[in-house]
Parts: sequence; C-alpha cells; structure tokens
Amino acid sequence: MSFITRGFQGRGRADAPAGRLPPGQYATRDFPVLSAGPTPRISEGEWRLALTGDVDRPVEWTWDEFLALPSEEVTADIHCVTKWSKFDTTWRGVSVDTLLKGIHTGASYVMAHSYGGYTTNLPLEDVTGGKAWIAYRFAGEPLEPAHGGPARLLVPHLYFWKSAKWIRSLELRDTDEPGFWEGYGYHNYGDPWREQRYSGD
Amino acid sequence: MARATVLGRLNWLSAEVVADRRETPRVRSLVLDCPGWPGHLPGQHVDIRLTAEDGYQAQRSYSIATPADGTRVTLTVEHVPDGEVSPYLVDEAVIGDRFELRGPIGGYFVWRPDDGGPLLLIAGGSGIAPLMAMLRARRRLHEGVRARLLMSARSSDDLIYAAELNELAATDPGVEVVQTLTRSQPEGWTGYSRRVDREMLAEVAWPEAEHAHTYVCGPTEFVEAVANSLVALGYDPRSIRTERFGPSGGS
Repeated sequence: MSFITRGFQGRGRADAPAGRLPPGQYATRDFPVLSAGPTPRISEGEWRLALTGDVDRPVEWTWDEFLALPSEEVTADIHCVTKWSKFDTTWRGVSVDTLLKGIHTGASYVMAHSYGGYTTNLPLEDVTGGKAWIAYRFAGEPLEPAHGGPARLLVPHLYFWKSAKWIRSLELRDTDEPGFWEGYGYHNYGDPWREQRYSGD
Repeated sequence: MARATVLGRLNWLSAEVVADRRETPRVRSLVLDCPGWPGHLPGQHVDIRLTAEDGYQAQRSYSIATPADGTRVTLTVEHVPDGEVSPYLVDEAVIGDRFELRGPIGGYFVWRPDDGGPLLLIAGGSGIAPLMAMLRARRRLHEGVRARLLMSARSSDDLIYAAELNELAATDPGVEVVQTLTRSQPEGWTGYSRRVDREMLAEVAWPEAEHAHTYVCGPTEFVEAVANSLVALGYDPRSIRTERFGPSGGS
C-alpha cells in the first residue's frame, strides 16, 4: 500500500500523452543504453541471422540476403524496465512473420540468441502476427552497435530487454526456458502495461 | 555462468531515512532502514517509489553502496539536473522521511566474495556506488582478495568517498586506488588528469592473464569507452560486467 512521501511533488505528470505511459514509467527523449557487458562489434560481412530449433528446415541469411527481404517502417513506443519510455521511435526492419514464411514448426516458444551470449525467451505468438521485427535502422540511420546494430530484435509491446540487441538467431522451441535476465529474477513475460518487471509481479 | 536463485516476489517495503552524509556538493548518501529487507549482494540495486499528495508516483533505480547489513540499505545518489527523484533524495529528504523501496534487483552485476579476485573496479562519477559495496564487502570478509579501483571524477570536489578510500588505500596493502580528474586538478595532484583511455587502462588494469573480475559502472559513454578499451587490451568480453546509467534526465 503506497503512502505519501513528505516533500515530494513530482513534475512528470504532463510528460506523456494520455494512455501512452505504462505504470511506473517516465517519458524520456534520450535513448539510454543498457547492456550487461561490452558492446559486441559484428561486421556486416561476418553477420548471420539463423532460424534454428523446431523448424522443418533451418535457415540462415547473410547480411545481403537479409537486406533483400521485404522490410517495413515501424513506429512504436518502447518501454525499458529501468523506467524510461520513449514515444514514436521509428525503425526499419524485417517482420518475423516474413522470416517464418513457408517454415513449418510445432513450436510455442522462441529463444532469441545474440552475439555476445545474451538470450531472451518469448512466446512464439508474441513475435508473430505483426508484433516483432528484426530491425536494422533507427530514426533513419543504420542501427548503432551500442543500440544493438547491425540488427536487433524489436518487440515493442514487451519491456525492451526482450528486444535482444545483436541478434544472431531465433531458436524455435516447444518448451519455455528463462533467458539471461529472466534467469536473474526479471519477469518471464514482461508486459509493461501490467508492470511485470520482476518475477512474481 | 552461475545463476542467482530465482527470486520470490519483490514486495514494496517502507524505507525510513535514518542517517545521511553529504559526499560531494551534488552527491549524498542516505542510510535507510527497511523492515523486511531480505539482504543483498554487492552490486545489486533497488527501486524507489515516491508518491505525491495527489497520488502521482515516480520510480527510479539506485545502486546499493553497502554490503548486506540487516535492515539497513545505503544509497549514494547524484543530483541529476532536470531529474525528478534524485533532487528529492539529494536535497529534500530529511531524517525520518519515508518512501517505498523494493529489491534487491539484478543478479549479474554482482560480486560474491566467494568469487575471489583479483578485482578490477572502474567507476565514472557516481558509478562508484555499487563498486564501493564490493570494496566494503571485501574489507569486511575477504581481505585476501586483491583489488584495484580506478575512479574518474571531474574535480577533487567531486571525488565520492574520498576520505574512506584514502584510508583504505593507506591501510590495506591489498587495495590500490587510482584516481583521475578530468576537468580540474588541485595543486600537487599526483593522479591522472584526463579521461580514462586505453593507455591509462594498460597501466592500471591487471594483466589479462590474471583473469580479473571486472566491473565497470558509470555514464554510458564512459562505460562504452572503458569496456571497448579493455577488450582491445585482450580482456575476455565475458569477464567484463557493466552497468550504464543516464543520460535520462530529459523531460
């Protein structure tokens, strides 16, 4: 049960358009960087993106093959578990639906694997149906390494740790398993509108 | 890599300010008493939630600056210009004030004393806070672990924990404290006088073969530069744990 903190007025009320800011978040115009270790540097020549796991045929794209896939402009609000939200971010990326076209799978979950060893887990239905992209441009520019470039997963309806930077592969699975932060007590699903920050929220 | 035990639900607790210390003109430490606090590891952080009279709430995260100590939790907070919560914590809160807190949070940027060493701790500004929790834990229980701290501040007035670190370096042969002042230096300054760069790290960091446990905390650009330089010096990227903060004061 919350109680009033003497001396605290707060001044963030007007920062967000109505209905855009999930509980416990504040609006920022910056784009803060959160990563557990050094930023991996992956050249476009060595970059690969793979579909693995429970698929009838594994697929791997080179950078040029990936760029040749149909891409989309995406405008979305993003929400970081460290409390900042950023409105109307603009991206260019390839829909995960496009990657999965023609692939047969019985999987219900996906584990995203990144260069550098990061992982995060999601239900497959949260990365299909127009809800997730492999993004490679941000605000009209190539995606910077510190923000996940050459390419990152973009799943804007979940807390942003689910949008794995430096994406390397999507592993389709029939069982769920915690990824990196999920194994350290962060919420398994991470819906910002239900404020699912930590395990048990 | 080792996993933290899965946490139970992190309930909001009532935290009362029971002591404070002005560390620098812009930085203050607050000692909080939090009945029900489950304990924590050096490097972990908490979420703070403030509630205004009209019910408006604001949440932010802060690193814990001390090792586990019953229901006591010490935060070291820097006043962020245009910030919403830090100005309250640094300049408004007085002894006896209460707000909500939950944690501990984060299981990766932690040093378990049993992990051993040597330790390489690199701090930019108030990024010293979680690293100080590690140094204080080491002093309490594991003085055999060798530790090097490299801290960067703008001027000598901005050196957080200056007296405690001077005392530690003078009395504990296992701890080396190296400081760099990036904007202004007092007369007779014997530390570095520039931003942390690869040459400085080559001089200060343990040789790569020592497999140091490395923790870097500070503003984003600082952490990016330090981590990239350590990788260039041959450090295994997976041995470098980072915590980045700001800029996030924009409205």
